Amino acid sequence: MTDTPLIGQRVPKLDAPNKATGKTTYGHDVRLPGMLHGRILYSRYPHAKIIRLDTSRAEKLRGVKCVLTPKDNPPHLFGYGKDNKPFKDVARSSRDEIAGVVATDPDIAEEALSLIEADYELLPNIFSPREALAEGALLIHPEHGSNLFQRYNYSHGDLAQGESDSAVVVEEKFLLPYVSHVCMETSVVVAQFDHRGHLTLWSTTQIPFLLQRDLSEALGISGSNVRIIQTAVGGAFGRGLDIYPYEPIAALMSRKTGQPVRVAFSREEEFLAGPARQPAEVIARAGANADGTLTFRDVSCMLDVGAYISWGTVTPLVMMETTASLYQVPHARFTADCVYTNNLITGAMRGYGNPQSTFFIETLMDRLAEALNMDPVDFRIMNANVPNSTTPQGLVITSCGLKECLEAVAASADRSVAQEAPSSSSKKSSMMEQGNNGNLPPYLKRGIGFASTLNVGGGARIYRSDGCGATVKVDDFGHVTLVTGSTEIGQGSETVLAQIVAQTLGVRIENVTVLNSDTDIKPWDVGVHASRTTFIAGNAAYLAAVDARNQIFETASQLLGVDADQLSAREGQVAVKNEAGKSISLEQVARRRHFREGGKVILGEGWYDPPTQLVDKDTYKGNISAAYGFGAQMAEVEVDTETGKVRVLRLACANDVGHAINPMAVEGQIEGGAQMGLGYALTEELIVKDGKVLNPDLLDYRLFTSADMPIIETHIIETDDPGGPFGAKGVGEMGGTPTAAAIANAIYDAVGVRMNQVPMTPERVLAALDAKA
Amino acid sequence: MKTLITLTVNGDAHELYVDARRTLLDVLRNELGLMGAHRGCDSGDCGACTVIVNAQPVTSCMMLAADWNGAEILTVEGMAQDGQLHPIQRALVEKGGIQCGFCTPGFVMNIKALLDENPKPSEDEVRAWLAGNLCRCTGYAKIVEAALSVAEGTS
Repeated sequence: MTDTPLIGQRVPKLDAPNKATGKTTYGHDVRLPGMLHGRILYSRYPHAKIIRLDTSRAEKLRGVKCVLTPKDNPPHLFGYGKDNKPFKDVARSSRDEIAGVVATDPDIAEEALSLIEADYELLPNIFSPREALAEGALLIHPEHGSNLFQRYNYSHGDLAQGESDSAVVVEEKFLLPYVSHVCMETSVVVAQFDHRGHLTLWSTTQIPFLLQRDLSEALGISGSNVRIIQTAVGGAFGRGLDIYPYEPIAALMSRKTGQPVRVAFSREEEFLAGPARQPAEVIARAGANADGTLTFRDVSCMLDVGAYISWGTVTPLVMMETTASLYQVPHARFTADCVYTNNLITGAMRGYGNPQSTFFIETLMDRLAEALNMDPVDFRIMNANVPNSTTPQGLVITSCGLKECLEAVAASADRSVAQEAPSSSSKKSSMMEQGNNGNLPPYLKRGIGFASTLNVGGGARIYRSDGCGATVKVDDFGHVTLVTGSTEIGQGSETVLAQIVAQTLGVRIENVTVLNSDTDIKPWDVGVHASRTTFIAGNAAYLAAVDARNQIFETASQLLGVDADQLSAREGQVAVKNEAGKSISLEQVARRRHFREGGKVILGEGWYDPPTQLVDKDTYKGNISAAYGFGAQMAEVEVDTETGKVRVLRLACANDVGHAINPMAVEGQIEGGAQMGLGYALTEELIVKDGKVLNPDLLDYRLFTSADMPIIETHIIETDDPGGPFGAKGVGEMGGTPTAAAIANAIYDAVGVRMNQVPMTPERVLAALDAKA
Repeated sequence: MKTLITLTVNGDAHELYVDARRTLLDVLRNELGLMGAHRGCDSGDCGACTVIVNAQPVTSCMMLAADWNGAEILTVEGMAQDGQLHPIQRALVEKGGIQCGFCTPGFVMNIKALLDENPKPSEDEVRAWLAGNLCRCTGYAKIVEAALSVAEGTS
C-alpha cells in the first residue's frame, strides 16, 4: 500500500474548516440585491375544489409585490408521475399549494397569506389505500383512470415448490410509518430570471441536471436557459431527489416580479410539505427446509404514495431486491401496489425502501431461525450471499463480505455475553437462551438481535444513464482542479474524490480543489442517490485524473528524454523510475506544455457509466448495480417491562465497503445512518390523521439526541471490489438499514414479543407484552 | 415599534434600531450579516442557532433582541483567533464531527459553554449537555469524541 498513501487515510473533510467557522454559504444564507420573499398558501382541506379565491386584500397590503394563483400556472405538468402543477384549483392533500405571495419581507408575505380568502367545495376524502382501491372509489386524479398508480409484480423460481420444500413457514403482517428526513436545514430556493429570460436557481437539490430538465419542462422554457447552482446543503438524505412545487413557484414568482425571489420553508412546513418516506402495509411469508436452507419468500406490499407521485414510487424496486436477493432465496415473489390517497406526498429517503424491507425480511429470518431451533447468526451465514455469484433476480455479485460482517458483529455479541456471563459456554447468539440477566432488577430484561443488509454499492440504474462526468485540470502552479458532476451533500464526497485525484496525480490533497456546484460548469451526473458517488463519481474522477496524468507524462517524457512508461508521479514531481534525482515538477510540465507554439493545457476528461442494466420492465430482473454492499448489525437492548421503554445499549455495525478510501468518512456514514435507523426503530413517526400531520415540530417528532445514542461500534470489512475506484463500494445508505430489524429481534430475545410495527414505542411494546401475558 | 440597543458582538459594539418582534437570531443574520448561527426550527428545539450571551449559551431564535441592550455576545465567527481555528473547531474538523455542517456552529458554541463551566466533563456529561443540539448526519459519536479530546487536551 506504499503506493497509495492517500487512500485509506482519515483525511478531514476539505469543507469542514469553513463549516466550523460559520463561513459556509447555505441556501438559507443566499442574499441577492433586490431579493424578495415568497410564501405559499396551502389548502385548508385535504380534498376540495377551490371555488373562489379572493386575493384583493392581500394585494393591497403594503410591501406585497404580487399574489400568484392557479391562473399563473404554465400549462405543463411535472414530477415523476407528471401529475403535479405549481398551484392547484383542486386540492388533493392538505399540503396542496393554492396561492403564493411575494413581498419585500417574509413577515409581510406571511401576513398577506392570512388575507387571502378561499372558499372550498369539499370532496370525499380517501385516507387509506384500501379505500382508494375499492370498487367505485372517487378518482383522485381522474385523468389517470385509477387510484392505483403502479403495480409491481416480480417472481423467480416456483413458489409452490418453495412451499412444499419447507419444513417451517412463518408469516406476518407489518405496518410501516411515515418518516421525515429532518434535514437540519429546511428546504429553500432562490430563483432569479434575468432580462434574457435565463433562470438561475440557488438550490439544495441532489439532482441538479434532472432538476434543470424538470424545471425547464415545468416552466415551458429551454433547459439551456436554466442554471442550477447548488449551495452548501444542510442535509439531504433523499429529500432533494425530485422537483417539488415550491421550485417552479419560486421561478414563477421571479418571472412575474422581475426580481430574485427566495422561498424558505419553516420547520412546520418542512414536515407538512416535504416528501416523507411512504407508509406501507406488508404481508410477508418465508420458509426454510429442515437443514436450515431458505426455500422461499412471498411478500405483498400496499404503499400509500399520497396525492402526487414522486420517486418514492420506485422504492418497491429496492424492497424487491431485499426480498429476492438478500441471502440466497431459490423461490420468491414480490408484489407492491403504489396507491394514490389524499395523504401527504411521499418521496425518496435514505435507503429508498430498504429500511422498510430489511425490517420485515430480517424479522422473518429471526422467526425462521427460532422455528428451526438454529442459532440466528449460523442460520444467516448458512444462507448468505457469496462472492462471484448471480442471484436469481440477476444481481451480479462481485465482492461480498456478508459472512465476514455477520462474524464481526457476532464476535461483538460474544464479547458482551462474555462480560456479562463469563461462565456461559453456550454458543447461542442469544441472551434469553442463556438466562443471562446479570444483576438487573427483574423488570429490566436484556437481549441481543441481528440483522443484515444488501444495498447497491456500484450505482443504481433507475434512469437510462447512471453516469457521471469529470474533468481534471493542472494549472501552471501545479494546482489541480477537479470538476465533477457529482455533489457534496455533507457526506464527504468532495474529500473522497480529491483523495482519488491527488493519489492518481501524486500531489498533496491541499493542492486539489473540487468544483461541483454549478450546472453551467460541471459535466452531467444523474445525481447523488443510491450510495453511488464514491463508486461512480470516483471512477469518473479517476479516469479524468489518468487522462491528465497521460498528458503530463507525454510532455514530461519529451522533457526528460525517457519513455512515458518510465515515469511516475509523486509529491508534485514527475520522476523517472529507478533513476534517483531525475525529475521535473508538475508545474514546470504544465507550463512547458502550454507556453509554446501549438501548446496545450493539461485537461483530463472522464465519463463513467457502469456496466449495468435497467431492470426489465415486465420481469424486473436485471443487474441494476455494478457492485453490492453488505452489512450486518447486532443490537443489544434493555427493555423495561413496566413502561415498555426500549433502551439500546450498543449497536455493532459491520459494513463491507469494498475498500475504505477514507475510513473516518465511512464511520461517519455508518454512525449517522445508525442515528436514523435508531429513530426509525424506536421514536420517529410522522403522525398523520385525516390527512393532517399532528406532530410537525422537533419536540413531538423525536430524533435521537447525543444523550439517547447507544455506543456505536463500527467494523469496516474490506473486500476490494474489482470495479470500484481503488476497490471501493458505496456505503451511504447502509448504516441505518438493518437497525430496526436488529432491535426488533433483540426485543424478542429480551422479552419474547415480536414487534411488527415501527417505531417500537413504549406503548406498542407494552401492548405486545400485555397481549403475550 | 423600534428600540435603540447596543450589542457587543465578538468584541465589536453595534448600535442598532431593532423592531420589537426581531429575535437575536434575526439581528445577527439579517442586520449584522453573521450567518454562522443557523435557523433550523425557530422554536428552540434544534440548537443550530446557539450563541453565547453574557457567558450563557442560548438559542438565539428564542430571544427578542430588544431585551438584550448592552449584552456581550459571542458567535461562531468570533471563535477563531489570529487566523487559527479554536481548539473546539479544530477538534470537530480533525475528528470528523462535521458532515453537512448546518448544526456545527451551534455545537461549537455549546461545547465552549460546557467546557467553560466544566473543563473536564465525563462522556455522559458531554452527551447530556449537548442533548439540545440536534445533528442528522453524524450520529454524534465524533462530535462527542471531539469535545472530550479538547477537554483532555489531546486534540
